[in-house]
Amino acid sequence: MDRPTNQKAWFLVLPVLLLVAFSAIIPLMTVVNYSVQDTFGNNEFFWAGTAWFEEMLHSQRFHEALARNLIFSAIILAIQIPLGIVVALSMPRKGIGVSICLVLMALPLLIPWNVVGTIWQVFGRVDIGLLGHTLEAIGIDYNYVRDPLDAWFTIILMDVWHWTSLVALLCYAGLVSIPEAYYQAARIDGASRWAVFRYIQLPKMNRVLLIAVLLRFMDSFMIYTEPFVVTGGGPGNSTTFLSIDLVKMAVGQFDLGPAAAMSIIYFLIVLLLSWIFYTVMTNYERGGQ
Amino acid sequence: MNFAWMAWTLPTAIFFTTIFLILVGMGVWEYVSPGGAPRVGILRFETTRGDRLFVSLLGSAFICLAWLGLVGPNLWWALGLSLAYAVIVFRWV
Repeated sequence: MDRPTNQKAWFLVLPVLLLVAFSAIIPLMTVVNYSVQDTFGNNEFFWAGTAWFEEMLHSQRFHEALARNLIFSAIILAIQIPLGIVVALSMPRKGIGVSICLVLMALPLLIPWNVVGTIWQVFGRVDIGLLGHTLEAIGIDYNYVRDPLDAWFTIILMDVWHWTSLVALLCYAGLVSIPEAYYQAARIDGASRWAVFRYIQLPKMNRVLLIAVLLRFMDSFMIYTEPFVVTGGGPGNSTTFLSIDLVKMAVGQFDLGPAAAMSIIYFLIVLLLSWIFYTVMTNYERGGQ
Repeated sequence: MNFAWMAWTLPTAIFFTTIFLILVGMGVWEYVSPGGAPRVGILRFETTRGDRLFVSLLGSAFICLAWLGLVGPNLWWALGLSLAYAVIVFRWV
């Protein structure tokens, strides 16, 4: 490969580098500094070494929150990705229906996260909420405040309602970019509906699916606002995900050292899983071409 | 400028300086030998030397965490293991 001759172009990257430095790198450095020290406020710090990391790695509370987060993300991906593809395949490709569908699909994405939480908190209530009241009326014992399983059901349903349309819109963008010639060739060959999906639509959606999986994984793994508003992490700790636990530790208990150590471990897990997803899917895509 | 709010310590300053120097070194390497030296290694997919550095650093972080969790607080052995791991990654991945 030729050596680039115009090195001045690097200056164009400088504003982004400065922005990333102020918004990400400097805060991350501060968190690393906090993670090896203890503080009681007043900007006074005492060296603690790796004690907080050891505490976190042996903490049952951390293990349970991590397990809950992994299970939640796995369920979310298992539901939203196939559902998003099905919805995208069902959406019209031409006519007035396209605009109507796009607007309807975009609506949940425009609602602020805490408002989504509030909507579902009310929606799920047995006394005044449509969902809770209806389920009770048909004889199902549902109460997300009391039963952990109901709390999980509500949060998963809420996330599916909130974010499946993102997956659907991304898949739809991938679908409409497929040239008509591919479908004509498939018709001439007498390909079945499944064959068209498997060998034309799915490979062509690969790139957008990669983005969808990455976005949904990272977002669901870092979820905070919606479950916090709906259940506050309860009943008990049944919906206390890592981010909720982290805020409780850092802001509620003012344990900045352990919270910083937890943040770093959390960050490394997100980084590792995102890298694995990205590598697997980009290589699968290359293999498919 | 006052950076006291960042709660700096000597070990963390050394840690970040090392990371910074590694990145500068990678920049110099890229300037001397441009293109990123892409190749397909034992993981059976293409990696550039930037990818190999990322895998080395991320893997080293997990080696240190595993050492802390399973063995104890003496991280010098974990550092040695991480360096060996980085050499393996740069040689064969």
